[in-house]
Amino acid sequence: MLNVIWGFFLIGGILTGAFLGRMDLVTNAVIDGGGNALELAFAMAGVVAAWAGVLRIAEKAGMIDLLSEKMGPFLDFLFPQVPRDHPARNYIAANFAANFLGLGWAATPAGLLAMKELAKLNRQGERASNAMCMFLVVNMSSLQLVTVNIIAYRAEYGSAAPAEIVGPGIAATLLTTVVGILLAKILEGREKP
Amino acid sequence: MKLLLVLSNFIIPVTVLVIVVFGALRRVNLYEAFLEGAKTGLQTVVDILPTLIGLFVAVEVLRAGGLLEILTSLLTPLETWLGFPAALAPLTLVRLVSSSAAVGLLTELFADYGPDSFLGRTASIMMCCTETVFYTMSLYFMSVKVTKPGRTLFCALAANFVGVWAALAITGWVFGK
Repeated sequence: MLNVIWGFFLIGGILTGAFLGRMDLVTNAVIDGGGNALELAFAMAGVVAAWAGVLRIAEKAGMIDLLSEKMGPFLDFLFPQVPRDHPARNYIAANFAANFLGLGWAATPAGLLAMKELAKLNRQGERASNAMCMFLVVNMSSLQLVTVNIIAYRAEYGSAAPAEIVGPGIAATLLTTVVGILLAKILEGREKP
Repeated sequence: MKLLLVLSNFIIPVTVLVIVVFGALRRVNLYEAFLEGAKTGLQTVVDILPTLIGLFVAVEVLRAGGLLEILTSLLTPLETWLGFPAALAPLTLVRLVSSSAAVGLLTELFADYGPDSFLGRTASIMMCCTETVFYTMSLYFMSVKVTKPGRTLFCALAANFVGVWAALAITGWVFGK
């Protein structure tokens, strides 16, 4: 599926470019795309490493254990397939908490570690397990307290009250999270034991 | 409102402070632990680099070739028929694929209509409750070699769809049209 989408982006993009006479732009995109990705990776390497370091301190201090304990019932409901003492739960808890606080860069390392642990529990091969699906659906529903960058853009364009969208934003996000979770629960597939 | 902006400046330092103080109290070797984590963090970035490059090339080709515009112009009449503002329709699609392109559209909307207009507010809230689904999904799934996302895509798209309409409705309720 991901292979198909990726291929569609490239094939579709190049063919449309040819029809619309935009091959010069497509050429630039092919050449610059990789470089832009590297630039982003370079920029994010420092932040992600720093947060992963802080995260490790929190882990060693037992804070992540505490966090996943506090989130226990919520995690039990979302991830019944993940055993209580499995490290995946800790990383999921850390990822959700970081996302919620708007610490996107801290959420990424925790999220990737969570995915790695969930992969160890996955017996579906290259298919996503129920737990993986649920994790990403919650992750992508972007439950977040304050969306700092949107507020900053609003301020930049002369908004009288840049932060007025925070409350409505939280309400909308809560709704998408709930819808995502419910759908993922309803559509949960049967898994090999 | 100023308070909220000040508070948002506190989130990162305070999080770091709480963790480091807690670590010190629990007698964690702070610097050692940090370096350990930072090393895995760097490794993570290196690991996801190929995925990132693949994503960027594909998404930029999609945009440069003009296919994204065509898809948007196909989707716009459908969305306006459903009662969605035409000016916001491109954002709903672009948001799924590219965060930077979405921010570009958002600031364009701000410049054209103002951030405190109905459209400006709706777009702001839309940005809060939606996510670059394709990007996030690829990054996480490809990192563990999962290529069949199953229901994940459908659930995420459905949640996004609800978010877009919720943003529209909530803006109407809270701020008026």
